[in-house]
Amino acid sequence: MSGNMNLTLKVWKQKNKDTKGKFETYQAKGISPDMSFLEMFDVVNEQLINEGKEPIAFDHDCREGICGMCSMYINGRPHGPKQGVTTCQLHMRSFKDGDTIVVEPWRSAAFPVIKDLAVDRSSFDRIMAAGGFVSVNTGNAKDANNILIPKPDADEAFEAAACIGCGACVAACKNSSAMLFVSAKVSQLALLPQGKIEATQRVLNMVHQMDEEGFGNCTNTGACEAECPKSISLENIARMNREYLVSSAVSKK
Amino acid sequence: MSKSGFLRSSIGKKFLMGITGLFLISFLVVHCFVNALIFVNDGGETFDLGCEFMGTNWIIRAMEVVLFAGILLHIFQALILTIENRKARPVPYAKFDGSANSTWYSRWMGLLGTLILMFLIIHLTHFWVQSRFTDNLAHTREHIEGDQITMFDRMKYIFSSLPVVIVYCLSMVSLAYHLLHGFQSAFQTLGLNHKKYTPLIKKCGVAFSIIVPLIFAAMPICIYCGCIQ
Repeated sequence: MSGNMNLTLKVWKQKNKDTKGKFETYQAKGISPDMSFLEMFDVVNEQLINEGKEPIAFDHDCREGICGMCSMYINGRPHGPKQGVTTCQLHMRSFKDGDTIVVEPWRSAAFPVIKDLAVDRSSFDRIMAAGGFVSVNTGNAKDANNILIPKPDADEAFEAAACIGCGACVAACKNSSAMLFVSAKVSQLALLPQGKIEATQRVLNMVHQMDEEGFGNCTNTGACEAECPKSISLENIARMNREYLVSSAVSKK
Repeated sequence: MSKSGFLRSSIGKKFLMGITGLFLISFLVVHCFVNALIFVNDGGETFDLGCEFMGTNWIIRAMEVVLFAGILLHIFQALILTIENRKARPVPYAKFDGSANSTWYSRWMGLLGTLILMFLIIHLTHFWVQSRFTDNLAHTREHIEGDQITMFDRMKYIFSSLPVVIVYCLSMVSLAYHLLHGFQSAFQTLGLNHKKYTPLIKKCGVAFSIIVPLIFAAMPICIYCGCIQ
């Protein structure tokens, strides 16, 4: 078909977290520019399976930019060259015929490689379990609008809640810091009255868990904000810093 | 401090970096102001008065100790943070396109800081050690005529060498870039990010990072060129 591309892929292959990985080169032939990056991988994998070779393991789920699974570090950037998109929303028209594309997993001590491009992001789950929740009464659900919330606060909380926990912030950060993720989760709850009850302890617990997981320290380069598919703002990190300073000062522990 | 204590936490360590950074910025303001007295161009009279005050005022002398503590703490924290950050990514990326999402100087703060430290050592041996620990700038006495050797004389002697002037100017470039990221970054670390004020802070940061190193660099240049007698 005319307009289709032939590409060279250099993909990270790693058996599991305990083995050393290395790059393998694959040829992706006849790729339509309208394919998503993941569909291109599907084509390559089908070809590999037909040839009796092992396909490339990669994470994917919703394929519409809201699940955050498609963790691919493409040509030196998480989710590839476009801003504000996940890998599944990246189309092959962003590349040229004959391009060589380097695809790596998220690289962080806190995100061990499961296989090839798939990484274990359960460290994020443990951070959430440490404090990313609110207390609610048992029994019947209350009317949703029982508590009045100023519209700007609701909007700001909503923007923070747009975080899909993909880990691109960690992948983009030169220090593998998870501050953008954790701050989005802290902010989304801290901004709302429902989240005030545990606010003091929440930020302390979540930051403590973040440090335990072995993420690096934020140096405010802003790479996370630039690469976040949901454009989560650095303001959230400042809010978390603020919350953490105050909570450390007033906490009795 | 317990293991989960404030200063052991990632945010606590960053807080120390930010607060010591801002303190060092405040020192730059004072240092720059006093040294800019040479631009009065009265043969160093006003400048030497300033040096006399800085050298004898007990508050300033006490702050000198705090200043050194601040510098050491800033360096010490930077080392700890850098080591931790290296550990956080044991396998580096084969292809890393940092320029796509961040400024080079925000990623190379450690290198810029190291250059500034090297300059600081040179600078302290040029002036501070001379004025504090050696006999009334005795070393300078060999090179300059006159009974009373002042800091201004010392300055003129040091900045008569072209390589020294070049090293000073290049170091001020490092300082400028270090400040360009550090100034606004310190406010962000302390949680001071606000839609209304942050743009102003960032503008002040850029202005400060250009003006202060420029004034500092102008001193050796002016003295070398003989604009200041």
